[in-house]
Amino acid sequence: MTNLLLLIPVALGLGLLGLIAFVWSLKSGQYDDLDGAAARILEDDNI
Amino acid sequence: MNAPAQSSARNPFGGEKNRLRSADQDRILACAHDLGNGLVQSDFHVPGMHCAGCLRKIEKGLENLEFVDAARANLSTRRVTVSWRPDAASGVALSDALTDLGFENTLFDLGDFAGDGGDKTAKRLALAVAAAGFGAANIMLLSVSVWSGADETTRQLFHLISGLIAVPVVAYSGRPFFASALGALRVGRLNMDVPISLAVLLALGMSLYESLTGGEYVYFDASVTLLFFLLIGRTLDHMMREKARGAITRLSRLAAKGAFVLEADGTSRYVPLSDIEPAMTVLVPAGERIPVDGTVGKGSSDLDRSLVTGESLPVPIGVGDAVEAGTLNLTGPLELRVTKTAANSFLAEIVSMMEAAEQGKATFSRIADRAAAIYAPAVHLVALATFIGWMAFGSGDWHTALLVAISVLIITCPCALGLAVPIVHVVAANRLMKHGIMIKDGAALEKLCDVDTIVFDKTGTLTMGTPRVADQIGSCDSGTAGAIAALASQSTHPAAKAVAAHFGDNTTTRTVTEVREVPGSGISALIDGREARLGRAAWAFGILEEPEKTANVAEGMDGGDVVFACRDGSAIGFALKDRLRPAASETVKALTADGIKLMILSGDNERAVADIARSLGIDDYRSGQTPADKIRTVEALQADGRHVLMLGDGINDAPALAAGHVSMAPSTGSDVGRLAADLVFMNERLDVIPFTRDIALRTDRLVKQNFALAVLYNCIAVPLAVFGFATPLIAAIAMSASSIAVVANSMRLSLGTRFAIDSTSLDGSDSKSRYLKRPVSGPAPKPTAEQPA
Repeated sequence: MTNLLLLIPVALGLGLLGLIAFVWSLKSGQYDDLDGAAARILEDDNI
Repeated sequence: MNAPAQSSARNPFGGEKNRLRSADQDRILACAHDLGNGLVQSDFHVPGMHCAGCLRKIEKGLENLEFVDAARANLSTRRVTVSWRPDAASGVALSDALTDLGFENTLFDLGDFAGDGGDKTAKRLALAVAAAGFGAANIMLLSVSVWSGADETTRQLFHLISGLIAVPVVAYSGRPFFASALGALRVGRLNMDVPISLAVLLALGMSLYESLTGGEYVYFDASVTLLFFLLIGRTLDHMMREKARGAITRLSRLAAKGAFVLEADGTSRYVPLSDIEPAMTVLVPAGERIPVDGTVGKGSSDLDRSLVTGESLPVPIGVGDAVEAGTLNLTGPLELRVTKTAANSFLAEIVSMMEAAEQGKATFSRIADRAAAIYAPAVHLVALATFIGWMAFGSGDWHTALLVAISVLIITCPCALGLAVPIVHVVAANRLMKHGIMIKDGAALEKLCDVDTIVFDKTGTLTMGTPRVADQIGSCDSGTAGAIAALASQSTHPAAKAVAAHFGDNTTTRTVTEVREVPGSGISALIDGREARLGRAAWAFGILEEPEKTANVAEGMDGGDVVFACRDGSAIGFALKDRLRPAASETVKALTADGIKLMILSGDNERAVADIARSLGIDDYRSGQTPADKIRTVEALQADGRHVLMLGDGINDAPALAAGHVSMAPSTGSDVGRLAADLVFMNERLDVIPFTRDIALRTDRLVKQNFALAVLYNCIAVPLAVFGFATPLIAAIAMSASSIAVVANSMRLSLGTRFAIDSTSLDGSDSKSRYLKRPVSGPAPKPTAEQPA
């Protein structure tokens, strides 16, 4: 039972972290130009 | 070929070019966003960029300019966003820099920024999917532990945690469904979202009650997973529609939303269309569209009225002639006295006709809504019967009876039904988009299946709308051919372009000087010092020293044909004809073979229409049709119970497009035409029509198969639920399995079809589009026209 008390918050926390990361990437416009992102990977110097 | 063109010394408006450029600067500044710190942000539409190299060239090229702070190119929207210092340089320099890099560009107008609202819906849906995905994954994690046999207290703890996750997730992610269901119920109708919302909410409510009272079965996982699946379908559907809409609006963004108004003191300024009043004087450079109705005050030109009236040949106009908004000024700059405001113009009349036609149309109920109207009551009756049955013949305990009845509702929740239509439509829209066909309205594919009559416009729809040299009268050696090509390439008149294309492979270099474009007549110049003319027969013959030698040429000439004449040489005639779209006759054959009635309605003259009709084998045609005639014909056909697919490109076709059961317009057409049409195609080939119809029929078949799959699933699942065997585990397996079956079946649409069409001539930007306006300011000005003496 005690390990559950630790594991459940950890599992939820990781999920939440993923959700927050997605919301952040969406809000910061990383999905605005999907075609461009696919093309830019071919550039060497633009990191 | 690229002989240096010398601009004529005289300019009818004196200093026109500089004034236009200063007004362009006003336009760019007026459209710029103020970022603060002395920076402004401007957006340019750059249709020509298509690869990583272009992105880099544009960004590097612009950032190397001193007054540019940052530049970012967006490949999906073909837009370049630049932040720059307006006090250090003019915005025209930005446009010039882009042109120098080799990219045609136009400025995004003020109103364009307002159109980005669709993006927000997409983001909201994506967030809802993310939240539902988070909830579904975590609840499933806990549910799997319960199914594998978690004991009393652990189970109750897991149920409570699941509930804690499920309630906010459903409240947030379920909103799109709840809103739509409420909207439908409010007007007394049923759509698919009603049973969906009901099942999700019932599952949530019952599970909450059960988990608080220590019950054994909870359905949190079912209700959240359901939302997750359905939201994915809905988001894909929305993104697809948004992509199509974006591609279509991008086309219209190339059109002017204002005009240069000439002030009393001789200066000109850029005024938005809505602020132009009658009696103002508007300047229209050659190559631009007439913004408002007016009469010509100064200057003369040729007018391409094909989008407005369907006439295939340009007409000459001079002082005092009336011109309609939407026509294209071809050869000379014009000063117009405005007679009507934009809101009262010819275009506005067309728009009101369109609205009237739209309202007269019977409302079309989509297949999903029709299915929901049968499905929802049936399911609710089964649930009710189950409850009564358990009360009467089962334990007679209302708690158990209610639980079983609710589990029936949960397991019959139309997850598969909710996916049946959107998933097939997403695959279909994707397939069509690859061939340059954009669906504006989701119902269009369903409506296309009913079509039994197709009505075509002629100019620009059946034909390309641009003439081609059909016959050459008189022969010429390669030297003369080079001279003709060099002269023809100096003009943007469609006839000259056709002649230039006719000699396209001739590479003889000629020096062309003193180019003069005479509106209504043609173009004249000195080619290697010899005077030559290309234009209307009588005018071109005028310079011949020995006209009697060319009698044979003169005989074969027709009104719209052009003649090349050289002062000390002979004359050569070119018979011009509008050319049919590629694959036009195959299309007509294929459609006729499918038993579809075909008809042509054109605003052009009898002879031109009869010609096209005969060559295609369409017996039913009408010429000289006004917009009102067209709409009347289409409405009469529909009153006879026919379902009309209207195809047209022009402003004059727009009301008929709105009146038709379903409509298609080529991307090269007018803004209004595209606005009215349900589908827009960017492909040149006419076989997009049987192709689209084929896809529509297959979509319909797959949707019906999906419904059949969903019904089959219910035939198995409902008895299980009715007899009380639907545990949460069985519900989860059954519902996921049916959804996967439906999605897998939908994917079959991306396999082959009866028609294969060529998609090589495609580009979202369509660089040959008649609608492509010249860049805000080009580096190489065309030879300016001179008034005829």
